[in-house]
Amino acid sequence: MRLLDFLFPERRDTAAIARDRLKIVLAHERASRAAPDFLPELQKDLLDVVGRYIEIRDDMLRVNVGHSGETSLLEINVELDGAKIKTVKNGAAPAKPAPPPIRVPKPDPGSHPPWVKPG
Amino acid sequence: MPAKVIVLTSGKGGVGKTTSAAAVAAGLALRGNRTVVVDFDVGLRNLDLIMGCERRVVFDFINVINGDAKLNQALIKDRRNDNLYVFPTSQTRDKDALKREGVERVLDEMRESFDYIICDSPAGIEHGAITALYFADTAIIVTNPEVSSVRDSDRIIGILASKSRRAENNMDPVEVHLLLTRYSPARVEKGEMLAIDDVKEILSVPLLGVIPESESVLRASNTGTPVVFDDGSPAGQAYLDAVGRLLGEQRELRFLRPERRSFFRTLFGRA
Repeated sequence: MRLLDFLFPERRDTAAIARDRLKIVLAHERASRAAPDFLPELQKDLLDVVGRYIEIRDDMLRVNVGHSGETSLLEINVELDGAKIKTVKNGAAPAKPAPPPIRVPKPDPGSHPPWVKPG
Repeated sequence: MPAKVIVLTSGKGGVGKTTSAAAVAAGLALRGNRTVVVDFDVGLRNLDLIMGCERRVVFDFINVINGDAKLNQALIKDRRNDNLYVFPTSQTRDKDALKREGVERVLDEMRESFDYIICDSPAGIEHGAITALYFADTAIIVTNPEVSSVRDSDRIIGILASKSRRAENNMDPVEVHLLLTRYSPARVEKGEMLAIDDVKEILSVPLLGVIPESESVLRASNTGTPVVFDDGSPAGQAYLDAVGRLLGEQRELRFLRPERRSFFRTLFGRA
């Protein structure tokens, strides 16, 4: 097999890989470039407000500008999975609840990018 | 005809901005246009070397902006072509020395005596690069068929559309052209390099020209000669084609087939 590989090396079209990677990364970058400057500030404020009622981590609230046809949409997504509702007694500050469980995604051995050979 | 300000920019360094600025300026001058090529890369002056006038620099851009010298004292007339002038930049380490108002004043003065003002931008997206593109009517995006160069070009195209004088004042947008440099047809054929259509499709900018990777480019920079003065070099001819298109002519793309070197050339010749 080794000898065959040596004699007939597999010619991979790396230019096609470059093209596909560029298309994906530029789609992301163009979308974030088109977003208004106030988004991070808005996200912070929303976290403060939502955080008064629900215990959430920063990454559970996402603010994006999307498009649906001709209309621009401000999308605010709050993930509630694993969020804890705060209870307020007599106006006192709620006791600090235990931090929400942080789920670590299991590494998927099959999720290599197409140009990486699984070792 | 009112003078046209053309910036050569790329974001990424080392893609051939200065080589291309020198070639485009010399090409426009060869076609009978009064042309000045301006170095905006403060602190890293190199256009003078590429143009072969490094020993004739007396005053520079910063001197003129500060009023220490007159414009015509700083302009260097090319010895090969009467229509061509070089405006060198300063070697000062103060990168912010090019103030926008000063640049505008100097550009306005140059508009009176030139048809084309070619601005050679520094790499990056910092002050110097923004100043170089700010006043442009036309931008030539110099891009190599390689992922990081294409990405940075996309970024610069975005900046032209939002931060240029034309964008800020709601004027007609800057006319953007793509100049693909260091193109190797042989490697494209092997699937090792992004093809012209790939880059065009990704950046969606009209193509001004394709400059083949060529030994003549290094030979030209060694001797301080804009590559269009090297008759017969593929890169020089490709630049002259690009200049023709810039002037509104229809010209077929050339030099897109891998060069087959004859046995004799391989033995004795030069490219």
